[in-house]
Amino acid sequence: MAETITIEVARYRPEQEGEPTLQSYEVPFSKDWVVLDALNYIKDHVDGSLSFRWSCRMGVCGSCGMTVNGEPKLTCATFLSHYLPGPIRVEPLQNFPVVRDLIIEMTDFLEKLQSVKPWIVREDDPAPAKGEFLQTPEQLDNYKQFSMCINCMICYAACPVYGLDPQFAGPAAIALAQRYNLDSRDQGEQERMDVLSQHEGIWGCTFVGECTEVCPKNVDPAGAIQQYKLAATKEWFKSFLMPWSKP
Amino acid sequence: MKPSTAYRQYHPKWYRTRVSTLWWSRRWSYLKFMLRELSSVFVAFYVVILLLQLHALRGGPEAYLEFQEWLKDPLLVVLNGISFLFVLFHAVTWFNLTPKAMVVRLRGKRLPNLLVAAPNYAAWLAISGLIVFLLMRQG
Repeated sequence: MAETITIEVARYRPEQEGEPTLQSYEVPFSKDWVVLDALNYIKDHVDGSLSFRWSCRMGVCGSCGMTVNGEPKLTCATFLSHYLPGPIRVEPLQNFPVVRDLIIEMTDFLEKLQSVKPWIVREDDPAPAKGEFLQTPEQLDNYKQFSMCINCMICYAACPVYGLDPQFAGPAAIALAQRYNLDSRDQGEQERMDVLSQHEGIWGCTFVGECTEVCPKNVDPAGAIQQYKLAATKEWFKSFLMPWSKP
Repeated sequence: MKPSTAYRQYHPKWYRTRVSTLWWSRRWSYLKFMLRELSSVFVAFYVVILLLQLHALRGGPEAYLEFQEWLKDPLLVVLNGISFLFVLFHAVTWFNLTPKAMVVRLRGKRLPNLLVAAPNYAAWLAISGLIVFLLMRQG
């Protein structure tokens, strides 16, 4: 068994270089270490100037998404042993501007997320004192899969449409819109449809399907987008055939 | 969706990568997607052949024989062979994607993907069977 493994980390220090370069580090190999452990070892023992985001180290916070050997991964769930004998190349998530080293700029995603209103929208908006909204297990089951999204942006890094056209709303934002559309307590479907029925919304998706393949939480954003398209088409037909009916 | 420029001025030296023109060759799943999209060209090609065939049929027996001779051109045989493979690929990939777009529930439970895709294959088989049956009866 190897005692050390080589990690090649993309470094980008905007104050001293114009583009990222790879820097190699030798780290101890342990079979229960993930890529994030190796990065933390480098930061603590070898080179304190290395910058990267992380928080929970257990696949819940969605902070540590990076490109590992060309694939977008949550580094807290990607074991070193999977890449033996190495080296392992760690780069920032693709399709986002790089701020420094492994840190990407995510404002664009956060704005898109907000634009689809990923919260329960109510027309009546009753006071909390009136009591809770009840929901059956079947109703919960309708949207549960899409609610597992942790906003890690790995699907954006895998999406060639987002890479080619940054105006595209993107997989996670649409999946989360669908999560609230499918929620029996929500009444905001029309508001979200107004945003997402545009070209940069659901119709920008060409169904490459890679977002679903890379999702660490099995959310299936590609499925959400296609289901959304089907719902939008049905609604369009309905308004075409019965123009008097209200959406 | 208008990106705000609220605090971006303080980070003037972001590094931006450009997606290369050959992005689809990087991963098998991307290539598969491109082939699936490309298959529509061959579907269109087959539609043109079919329309030409109908046109020849309308022109009488002589025109139809001439059309059949034209089809025997080696170039057309190869093209038809390639388009057949692409049309198969087109059908199979889209049939397999049906369960993604359609959520079918039976007594509150979501049907497994295989069961949602199966009716497509069943219809395909039935229609192909019907065509074979009609052709055999003619012959």
